[in-house]
Formats: sequence, structure tokens, C-alpha cells
Amino acid sequence: MVLNSIEKLLEKYDNGETTLKEEQHLKAYFAQEEVAPHLESYKMMFQYFNNTKQELYTKDVPLKPRKSYIYQWISVAAVAVLMLGIMVPKVLGGEELVDPLAGLTDEERKVYTETKEALSMLSSNFNDAASSVNTLSLVSTSFNKGAEKASHVSEFSKTTDKLIKKKKTSKNKN
Amino acid sequence: MTQTDFTKLVLPFKDKVFRLAKRLLVSTEEAEDATQEILMKLWRNREKIAEYKNVEAFSMTMTKNFCLDRLKSKQAQNLKIVHSNYQDNNTSLQKQVENKDSVDWVSKIIEELPEQQKIILQLRDIEEYDFDEIAKVVDMNPTAIRVALSRARKTIREKLTNTHRYGIK
Repeated sequence: MVLNSIEKLLEKYDNGETTLKEEQHLKAYFAQEEVAPHLESYKMMFQYFNNTKQELYTKDVPLKPRKSYIYQWISVAAVAVLMLGIMVPKVLGGEELVDPLAGLTDEERKVYTETKEALSMLSSNFNDAASSVNTLSLVSTSFNKGAEKASHVSEFSKTTDKLIKKKKTSKNKN
Repeated sequence: MTQTDFTKLVLPFKDKVFRLAKRLLVSTEEAEDATQEILMKLWRNREKIAEYKNVEAFSMTMTKNFCLDRLKSKQAQNLKIVHSNYQDNNTSLQKQVENKDSVDWVSKIIEELPEQQKIILQLRDIEEYDFDEIAKVVDMNPTAIRVALSRARKTIREKLTNTHRYGIK
């Protein structure tokens, strides 16, 4: 590029009026080894800009720790769920046997106790009936005894009959 | 947004964030910490930044604000950051020594500029942003940016020619 146009561009550059494309022309020009002596100061500037541009950020940013924490908590949650799964049915099952009325209202409780009383009265009547049935069976056993005695009487009557027959025959013979 | 998506999104401008941070904070370690902080902030808000049109400009603005806050707290503590690491140039030894000197001059001169000019110069001459993008980051109108840029460039060259002449004489 001609020195004249470079000088014009540099004037615009100093006033902050150059476009990015024009600045790139300047940068390309000052990247050369040989530059007009009175433009040496510009060369230093552009060289410095070029050098700094190559500086890179090489450190790693630790973004991972968050994720691993989540996995740890998942395992903790899994253990907690497992424990609950074992404990809850045991505890609830025991409670159900102890108090079946737990879920009832007052009214329902009243009805429950009333039916309970009625049923117990019914059962006591049943018991009375059963004892009277017992006396009946006693009567039947004494009947049996009476029947046996009656059979004794009937045997006695047989023997008396035989005796009467013998008497009659002896009377006829006589 | 997964981690790979995020890295892809951040990859094009993470070096720019680092360089801007270094321009303002001077020390490489400070700049690395600042960059990490910015990237972590972006990662934490990754669901929100997916909605932004220009994540790069947003990140650069974040970097600018973060670094200026850092500098404020540093000034309050009366601490000065010492700059001790220079760029390696792949040229001949004599040139290297010479360049190191001149590069050193340029960076020292830029260090003395006001913060606003530092940021604008960094974004324009090193990152090659256009004026609209710079306007978004520094929240200024393009004319004001041009003026600040012109001032910064002239100051650098003036001081550079002065030191150069002293070196010869």
C-alpha cells in the first residue's frame, strides 16, 4: 500500500474515525518488518495490540461439582424411601389391631356399644334357655329309671301269672 | 442447558473476558480469578442467559462492572497490584529485547489511562468490536466513544514518541 494513503488512514485513526476494515489494513501494514521511520511509534502500538490479542485464558472452570451433589442426594433419598417402606406397614399394622374404633365418630361409637349390649343380652337369654334344657334332660333320665322299675313290675306280674296257672292246673287235676 | 452447550456458548469470548479483566486489573492471577468468577456467574444463570440475544456483550458488561468493583475495593484497601509478566515474542533475540521494551512501554502507558478509555481501547483495538457493540458494553453513545478512543490513541502515541526520543538521546 502507498505510504500516502497509510498516512491519511493514520490521521483518521487518531481521530477515532476509521472503520474496522481500515484498521485491519493498518494492522496488516504495520505487521511488516520495514516501516517508515517516522511511523515507528504506530508500529509499536499495533504490535502490542497484536501480541495481547493472542493471550488466552487457559484455566479450567469447575462446573461439575453441582451434578455429583445431586447424585449423592438421590442415593440418600433412596435409602430413606427404603426405610420408610419397611417401617410404615409395621407401625400402621400394629395400630389397627389395638384400636379398631380409631376412625369412628362419637355417634358411630354409641351405636356400636348399644349393639354390643343388645347382643350380650341375647346371649345371656340363650344361656338361661340352655340351663332349662338341662333340667329337661334330668327329667328324661328319671323317666328312664321309672321305666326300668316298671319293667321289674312287669316281670313280677309274669311270675305271678305262672303261679296262678299252676294253681289252676293243680285244681283241675284235683 | 448442558455443560457442553454452555462451553460452546462461552468458548468464543472467554479469552476476551480474560483480556479485558487483565487490562483493568493488570495482574494475570487477578484476571484469571475474575474470569472464573464471571463464567461461574453465567453458569449459575444459564437458564436466563439462553434468552439473551447477545450473550457476549452481556458478559463483557458484567466483566467491566466486576473489575471496576474490584478496583474500587482495592483502592479502599490501599493495595497496588504489581505487574510482572510479559508477553513472549517469536523474533530474533535482539529484536526480542527491543520489542519487549517497546511492548512494555505501550502496556505501561495504557495502564496510566483512565478506566473508561482503557476499556474502549481494549474493545476496539484489541478485540475489534464495532462501535454499536462497544456502546452496549460501556453504555455510552458512539460519538462519545469515538472521542474517548481518539484521546486514548493520541495519548499513547505522544508518550511513546517521547520515550522513544529519550531512548535515542
